[in-house]
Amino acid sequence: MSRNALELWVGLFVVAGLAALAMLALRVGNLSTVNVTDAYKVTASFQNVGGLHVKAPVTMAGVKIGRVSNIQIDREDYSAIVELSIDRRFNNLPTDTSAAVLTSGLLGAQYVGLEPGGEDTHLKQGDRIEITQSAVVLEQLIGQMLFSKAQGDR
Amino acid sequence: MTSIRLLGRWVINSVLRLGRATMFLTATLVGVFWILRRFQLILQQVFAVGVLTVLIIAVSGLFVGMVLGLQGYNTLVDFGAESSLGLVVALSLTRELGPVLTALLFAGRAGSALTAEIGLMKATSQLAGMEMMAVDPIERVMAPRFLAGFIAMPLLAAMFTAIGVLGGYLIGVGMLSVDSGVYWTSMQEGVDVYDDILNGVIKSVVFGFVVTWIAVFEGYDAAPTSEGVSRATTRTVVIASLAVLGLDFILTSLMFSEI
Repeated sequence: MSRNALELWVGLFVVAGLAALAMLALRVGNLSTVNVTDAYKVTASFQNVGGLHVKAPVTMAGVKIGRVSNIQIDREDYSAIVELSIDRRFNNLPTDTSAAVLTSGLLGAQYVGLEPGGEDTHLKQGDRIEITQSAVVLEQLIGQMLFSKAQGDR
Repeated sequence: MTSIRLLGRWVINSVLRLGRATMFLTATLVGVFWILRRFQLILQQVFAVGVLTVLIIAVSGLFVGMVLGLQGYNTLVDFGAESSLGLVVALSLTRELGPVLTALLFAGRAGSALTAEIGLMKATSQLAGMEMMAVDPIERVMAPRFLAGFIAMPLLAAMFTAIGVLGGYLIGVGMLSVDSGVYWTSMQEGVDVYDDILNGVIKSVVFGFVVTWIAVFEGYDAAPTSEGVSRATTRTVVIASLAVLGLDFILTSLMFSEI
């Protein structure tokens, strides 16, 4: 095989391999949709986060605007501190925005839904969302229902 | 008594082989720096090891992706979750099947050829002839082959995964009733570039290193007879496959275990 043909084949091989990698990163992965580095972080504390986990989506009006970047427990009052990474494009959220842990579908994955408030000042890096609503734990709900039903029978 | 002696002999021989393999690896890695000046040698080996392996990788990737699409759909449709088909196909390919199956095929197609070629060079005293001419066979023969395998394997694994995803698309969207947009978005929602794709690439790099090392060393260490070459070739495929599967478990438990 001549030198030119050899170089051509190897070049094609490398290009095909790199193209496959690029396709994996852009088409299969989420590199094209979410820019991870360009985000600001706010925290919110919940009584109970249910099955929420790191990297769960943060949505507003059903549109994904960020991710859960960290979940910790508060050493003072034993509530869960959830750190939300929100895309810089959405840096005009009012300071009285409320956060709720919601479930997509009846048994789907849990996510954080934000509800905008009416203040003129905006949330900044490191701010804390004050108004929160905990996850609905199905077992507790059923327990409460059974309890109230038993009370009603009496 | 003899059985204990046999065990002892086996242990001593294994440790000796491991030591020889490690010394061989260091010599080869040093040789890689020297061989970079002779780029043509590397190109030839990338052609032999990489380009000629593309066909089997592409065909296997396509069929594995199609099977994943079919099996995944049949399982998911029972739960009404066929919209996650893209995610199932992409995650299983990027995390596991892409790197592992490519490494196994690579060991069978390219690794065995490397071992047979080097073993035959040794059996016909070509390596000894090179040494006579003051050409270091490790530098001239082993280093370019090792480097070529190391370069080719991650690229082949990426091709396998990409073609597999397309194969799943072909079956899921083309033949069964998954929506095209849903197939891609469910994939993009769930597949993380760093956690899934980058870890898959790291796996394929590690496998490429190990498989090529085993293949080249077995050839270099083969008994210089036709029987020795055949035994070395068999050993390459067996040891490389076992090493890939064992390493895969270790890497997976390191990469994907939650806390």
